[in-house]
Amino acid sequence: MKLKLNVWRQKDSVTEGAFENFNVNDVSEHMSFLEMLDVLNEDLITDGKEPVAFDHDCREGICGSCAMSVNGYPHGHRKGTTVCQLHMREFNDGEELWIEPFRAKGFPVIKDLVTDRSAFDRIIESGGYVSVRTGQAQDANSIPIRKENADVAMDAAACIGCGACVAACPNGAAMLFTSAKINHLNLLPQGQVEKNERTIAMVEQMQNEGFGSCTNHYECESACPKSISINFISDMNKAYIKSKAFGKAGI
Amino acid sequence: MILDSKIPEGDIKDKWENHKFVNKLVNPANKRKYKVIVVGTGLAGAAASATLSELGYDVHSFTYHDSARRAHSIAAQGGINAAKNYQNDGDSVWRLFYDTVKGGDFRSREANVYRLSQVSVNIIDQCVAQGVPFAREYGGLLANRSFGGAQVSRTFYARGQTGQQLLLGAYQALMKQVNSGAVKLYTRREMMEVVLVNGKAKGIIVRDLLTGKMERHAADAVILATGGYGNVFFLSTNAQACNVTATWRAHRKGALFANPCYTQIHPTCIPVAGDYQSKLTLMSESLRNDGRIWVPKKNEDAKAIREKKKTPEDISEKDRDYYLERKYPSFGNLSPRDISSRAAKQVCDEGRGVANTGYGVFLDFRDAIERLGKDKIEERYGNLFEMYERITGTNPYKSPMMIYPASHYTMGGLWVDYNLMTTVPGLFALGEANFSDHGANRLGASALMQGLADGYFVIPYTLAPYIAEESEKVTTDHPAFKEAEQEATDRINKLLSINGKRTPVSFHKELGKLMWDKVGMGRNEAGLLEALEKIPQIRNEFWQNVKIPGSGAQLNVALERACRVADFLEFAETMAYDALDRDESCGAHFREEHQTKDGEAVRNDEKYTYSAAWEFKGVDKKPELHKEQLEFENVKLAVRSYK
Ligand SMILES: Cc1cc2nc3c(=O)[nH]c(=O)nc-3n(C[C@H](O)[C@H](O)[C@H](O)COP(=O)(O)OP(=O)(O)OC[C@H]3O[C@@H](n4cnc5c(N)ncnc54)[C@H](O)[C@@H]3O)c2cc1C
Ligand code: FES
Repeated sequence: MKLKLNVWRQKDSVTEGAFENFNVNDVSEHMSFLEMLDVLNEDLITDGKEPVAFDHDCREGICGSCAMSVNGYPHGHRKGTTVCQLHMREFNDGEELWIEPFRAKGFPVIKDLVTDRSAFDRIIESGGYVSVRTGQAQDANSIPIRKENADVAMDAAACIGCGACVAACPNGAAMLFTSAKINHLNLLPQGQVEKNERTIAMVEQMQNEGFGSCTNHYECESACPKSISINFISDMNKAYIKSKAFGKAGI
Repeated sequence: MILDSKIPEGDIKDKWENHKFVNKLVNPANKRKYKVIVVGTGLAGAAASATLSELGYDVHSFTYHDSARRAHSIAAQGGINAAKNYQNDGDSVWRLFYDTVKGGDFRSREANVYRLSQVSVNIIDQCVAQGVPFAREYGGLLANRSFGGAQVSRTFYARGQTGQQLLLGAYQALMKQVNSGAVKLYTRREMMEVVLVNGKAKGIIVRDLLTGKMERHAADAVILATGGYGNVFFLSTNAQACNVTATWRAHRKGALFANPCYTQIHPTCIPVAGDYQSKLTLMSESLRNDGRIWVPKKNEDAKAIREKKKTPEDISEKDRDYYLERKYPSFGNLSPRDISSRAAKQVCDEGRGVANTGYGVFLDFRDAIERLGKDKIEERYGNLFEMYERITGTNPYKSPMMIYPASHYTMGGLWVDYNLMTTVPGLFALGEANFSDHGANRLGASALMQGLADGYFVIPYTLAPYIAEESEKVTTDHPAFKEAEQEATDRINKLLSINGKRTPVSFHKELGKLMWDKVGMGRNEAGLLEALEKIPQIRNEFWQNVKIPGSGAQLNVALERACRVADFLEFAETMAYDALDRDESCGAHFREEHQTKDGEAVRNDEKYTYSAAWEFKGVDKKPELHKEQLEFENVKLAVRSYK
């Protein structure tokens, strides 16, 4: 099939960007979206032009590197799918596509489709862990965990940290990402001791990074390639209010 | 050069304990004064950085990813082994040790494997304490499964995302240390050179991938945890950026490279669909528990399927060849990875492959659906079936899947002694980057185990003796840093100045195809000699005809790729030399000259019971072979049989 692409090109973080148009022919329906861009890039390089820069690595929907919006949808329109797993059979011959970086105040553009998502690392750094040193652990089976709790914790832990939730949110909020990690740990017995400190530190770090707040648009859940539930956000809000009320020491 | 593996004295069960006791320690108050560089934030690197910094070392971590959490380890699916014997099914440290030595086809070092089995139990404890959400049973205790043909259930898992959850655990431990100021983390940095002073590793040169600036970092020891080289085949299940640069650059500076020809091919991947293909997707091996593998008996049926004139359903039962069940009646569709992979290649080479390229076999769930019902199959494999459909557009509930083997893991790597130190003093290698534990073939779910064992439980003990004895401090003003930086800068300038006609990827593809055809699943002398003739030709053309637009002073994805391809083009030759030298079949290394009449691998223990460690002698020169003889005192050398 043939496609008309409008791709965001931006030299660096300070220069203004603009869409550049490309016509791509010979797109096979079996290609992934990124392979379609690979073919474009090979042609660009051969012509001596700079290829379109985009982050990617595993191409299996798990590393969270790939990040771009297609026709306004983070990772494209197919539900529960990263753009690296989106295949061209989802598009029609002759279609025109708009490809942009994830847009959010918290994710400055570095070049073309590449953005700086290090704010997510700083949110984890502020408290997204259990403070256990190597070698201190007791036997793994000495902490039984209800299967249901372990399963919900795993649902939350499945987050790949791609940032689609932020890009989809009209407020540029990072609530889904932050709440996924807070809930993953707060749901488990191992995470109880530091629950209050963790919740406060991570929520406040999120606010300091310039992410907006949630006004219940539900766009994050629908854009999330791992279909992380928005319920985690309300659980985080409850935990935050409680932690603040009872102080860091908690109950 | 004499390779001293530094295996401790004593009974195999006591070696590690003894070693930990006699090793010199570093005074806790002094540890802060020692700077340690860790390259890589995968399981091995993140675990090492977190743990060493907890001990007090001043740790500096590097990764080319934008975040430490994106290392290739994230993609591991199936699980991690540990000799916990929680299932009471007869597992033990000894059995895991035995299985690993046998699985490695008697080409690994017993003492290392035993230690790996010993610390495997601590890994699970550590991960659970960190909050890794492993699968659990209704009683709240940990669930296990049997994996990769093991006769005990010793594999721990977190749905199909075990690597992700283990890496997030290690990443969180690392970020905790970053938060406390004990680790300094440098992202989007690519290590270009190791810096040696008086023959010892004293630092690295990295390129900031966003600005192109070269940076010098000095340290008291350098640890490489930079993963494997499976992308030498271009197409593999590895992440796109996985490469050999860090270990190859270390090799060029004197670290011997061991057993590069041991590369594991995974039998259940989605076949290649076209020229544009960038990677191959692994389908979990667990599918082989219920799927039956077959191709048509007759070439004309296979041809008709390839040409879409027939469907698999048109082939009657008597015209189907369930070749694994036929050849290996007791293991059948669950035969080990190397055996299943070669069998698939063989039927495709005979012209009976079914994918449009001719390279693909069926994995059929028809009988399982009939026997167990669609619901049961959906419960077991629903997400995998969905993934398959997403990628191929075919519904595997209705029509059989197609699979073909692909490059997956590399057992070879930098030669290390029992302390995980390379032949360059002060330079260590952990995880897939070293060669240490898997011999000629790795068992499923053992790579995650090894990465975490090296990072959490081995290097924290084995680094100290080196640090305690080494007193020379250097700074980045030392001329060796300037020289190494110049080397890296010159290489980049040279690449940018060629301005030829071909893209870096086109060379990578050309090399990958040659390696897959001649140094892949089946190897023979003539093919290896051909590869040895052609690799330098591709390399020469690369250095005359590669094209890289843009400059070196910015984010330049084509330049990054070119640097990695350049190193693969040198490394590939050593890999072919190794495959040629090893004139036997063992584990994943199959020399067609050495097989039984039913196509089984034939080892030659008399001549080849050694690890081959290669010394760099210059580009276009044959590397020099050094041998580490392997002793088997605890597991008797025997023929591996899965009939
Ligand atoms: C699809 C797939 C599924 C798998 N499933 C399983 C499984 O179920 N069980 C199992 O046990 N094993 C599995 N494996 C194997 C296992 O995942 C890997 O062997 C293991 O994760 C490697 O870990 P590592 O820490 O050694 O390296 P990696 O995770 O590869 O990390 C390498 C790190 O080094 C960095 N790096 C590399 N070079 C440089 C450089 N020059 N400069 C700066 N940084 C650099 C990278 O950025 C990265 O951080 C699987 C592998 C694949 C491909
Ligand atoms: S490239 Fe890893 S999730 Fe898309």
